[in-house]
Amino acid sequence: MGKMWIYILKRILLMLMVCFIIMTICFVMIRMLPDQLPRGNGDYAAAVLAMRKAWGYDEPILTQYLIFLKKIFTEWDWGVCTKVGTYLNPVTSHISEKLPATIAINLSSVIISIPLGLLFGIYAALKKNKWQDHIISVLTMLFISVPAYVYAFLVQYLFGYKLGWFPIIMASGTNYLSWTMIRSMILPVVSMSFGTIAGLMRSTRAELTETLTSDYMLLARAKGLTRRQATLRHALRNSMVPIMPMIISQFVMILSGSLIIEKIFGVPGIGSTYVASILERDYSLFLAVSMFYTAISLAAALVIDLSYGIVDPRIRMGGGKNNE
Amino acid sequence: MNNFPDFPDEKFRFVKQGETIQDAVFQTKQVGYFRDAMRRFKKNKSSVAAAVIILLLILFAVLTPLFATYDMGFTDPYYTFTRPKCTLLSGLGIWDGCSYRTVNQQTYDYYDAAGAVIKVKDVYEVTDAGRKNTYYDIRVDDYLAVGYEYVNLTPSEYEAALAYEKETGKQLFYPMVDLGKVQQDANAVDANYWFEHNARGVAQRDANGELVPIYKTDESSGDGYAYYSLKMNGNQYQVRVYYYDWFTYKNGQTPAFLFGTDYMGHDILTRLASGARFSLMLSIIVSAINFIIGTIYGAVEGYYGGKLDLVMERIADVLYSIPYMVLFSLLQLRWGKEIGVVGALLLAFVLTGWIGVASTVRSQFYRFKGQEYVLAARTLGARDGRLIARHILPNALGTIVTSCVLMVPGVIFTESSLSYLGVLNLDSSTLTSVGTMLSTAQSALSTYPHAIFFPALFISLMMISFNLFGNGLRDALNPTLRGADD
Repeated sequence: MGKMWIYILKRILLMLMVCFIIMTICFVMIRMLPDQLPRGNGDYAAAVLAMRKAWGYDEPILTQYLIFLKKIFTEWDWGVCTKVGTYLNPVTSHISEKLPATIAINLSSVIISIPLGLLFGIYAALKKNKWQDHIISVLTMLFISVPAYVYAFLVQYLFGYKLGWFPIIMASGTNYLSWTMIRSMILPVVSMSFGTIAGLMRSTRAELTETLTSDYMLLARAKGLTRRQATLRHALRNSMVPIMPMIISQFVMILSGSLIIEKIFGVPGIGSTYVASILERDYSLFLAVSMFYTAISLAAALVIDLSYGIVDPRIRMGGGKNNE
Repeated sequence: MNNFPDFPDEKFRFVKQGETIQDAVFQTKQVGYFRDAMRRFKKNKSSVAAAVIILLLILFAVLTPLFATYDMGFTDPYYTFTRPKCTLLSGLGIWDGCSYRTVNQQTYDYYDAAGAVIKVKDVYEVTDAGRKNTYYDIRVDDYLAVGYEYVNLTPSEYEAALAYEKETGKQLFYPMVDLGKVQQDANAVDANYWFEHNARGVAQRDANGELVPIYKTDESSGDGYAYYSLKMNGNQYQVRVYYYDWFTYKNGQTPAFLFGTDYMGHDILTRLASGARFSLMLSIIVSAINFIIGTIYGAVEGYYGGKLDLVMERIADVLYSIPYMVLFSLLQLRWGKEIGVVGALLLAFVLTGWIGVASTVRSQFYRFKGQEYVLAARTLGARDGRLIARHILPNALGTIVTSCVLMVPGVIFTESSLSYLGVLNLDSSTLTSVGTMLSTAQSALSTYPHAIFFPALFISLMMISFNLFGNGLRDALNPTLRGADD
């Protein structure tokens, strides 16, 4: 047990280090960007200059970085919004305002896609090389290859415009359980789910077909287990070893919004905030959201690695050569 | 035991007396690695089909400019979001640039005056708030719906057009409208209000149901109507033209856009081919550069190992952890102006794209560098460079080639996503990309789905066929699968 904790600690430290390096690179590059100062004339320009000076923009970049780090570590102050959202609203509060919409969409999508993906995968594996399997495989191929925005357009055009069943863009507000909100969330959630379902289905099918032909399945049947028992208790459990980490990482990735789907359906989430911060040159917000995305993707990678050890006790995390 | 009869010695003779005995040359053809890979690739029907589709898409991108009748920079201010029209099929009533619309009386009269009503499907009356309204279900031709337009010409242009009229007998100029009889001031600039109408814009038809013209008169002209009005102290002629014919006169061809036009009046066919060419070229360049960098980096890491490997791996790890959006937007913001949008894009792709290739090469080197044949080659005096390039690298070639081929759709997808989001701006008269076309067309998705349909179809076909092709290639180039399915 001890070794495992040391390993986790090591990984977290490494992750923080990578985060720090990326933050440094981003910070330096952002501060080197040409248009730091908004142009204006008269008193406005003077005011902006004074404000920038007060924020420490006159110092060398390294000093600026130290000030920035100090603010983060002492007050968790990542700066303020200058172009996106409310002027001078702290970046952190802006991000936390935008998160619920993203989480609502992503969580619904994950909740829908995981059981569907698993079910289709298991069904395809059990019907391997029959017509059901072929149909599912072709559909999977389509949904994995075709970019998400293409079927988002398709879904939006068909169900939003032509049939008029659902609103085209997501309703505003924060009451995520109201009927209008749920109805407006259906299209983005469906568009997000296609890819996840297809990916999960493909992995499940691949893993399960492999375990179904393994020796212990033969033994299980020879012991007298029915096909159903053998499949559920032996094959399925073992095939879940690589699948579970995928599912767990899906839950970590809930926080990071899909940039494209959020743009298409006008979801007021973290993804559209990110795009807005780039397009409108809101540098503090851009840096904060960038770090948010970096941290989440690193955390997801860490969770995947750790969950292997939890799902499958045969894999010892941090074990040396002898896997002890 | 010995029940053979005694054979006399002379019955025995040597089979090949006087010949040198050596191994026979194989009569069959030698099957090398690539020949075998090709053979196994051909067995995979879906991959072959995918390869054919890729080839067709590439041909489309390369050859379209040779046949296209409009060039990249072509725009037309009136034909924006025009529906696709194929001259060959338009006679059959499909792909003819027409659409069904339900319109009220005013709009019907307007389209009728413009000569754009192809067919009246249904006329019905709806009583709404105690008022009877007539509605028409009509088929409208997008190309004719522009109707008449006022055009300003210099005297020489005017003379040239008159000469064309005389030479071909086709009418270009139509009588000017008596603006005093146009009921609403806003409609005075619209050359389609040439008929008598009431304050609501409804036509006042004559006994035969025909529209009654309200042309400006001029005694000096042949038929008593005025055909132009002078502007700018007589230096400019304002004339009224039927835009379909005017377009034909100006461009030397009747207007027909095979894939329709976009928001700027660009020809989608030409733009799509050009965008496809750009995307393909970018992805091939990216994948070639990443192939080179990744192979060298991975080979050095894997071959020398030890501390060097550790350091190089950490560098790759950090680069790999940067989310692609952060990387692309930073480079676009920082260097977008100095080295150009495309340069910054290329840099961003190259900066992290090689990592996947490098790790493949590295693991292959770890697998093979300890094998006996490498030791043998080293004992015989082969230097590091030769060992890397001639003895170990060929083992990894299959996987590297596959990952480079699969990089192509990845680059196209990332580029289209970035341009779609607006982080990348490639929309100009000389440059475009598939993602840019999708982005500009999305705002009109509800009314003009054709503008998004063709780019979306292209990119979907591209992604599907590249994925299928890549899968087939991976199986074919994997030597462990040799003969597996025979």
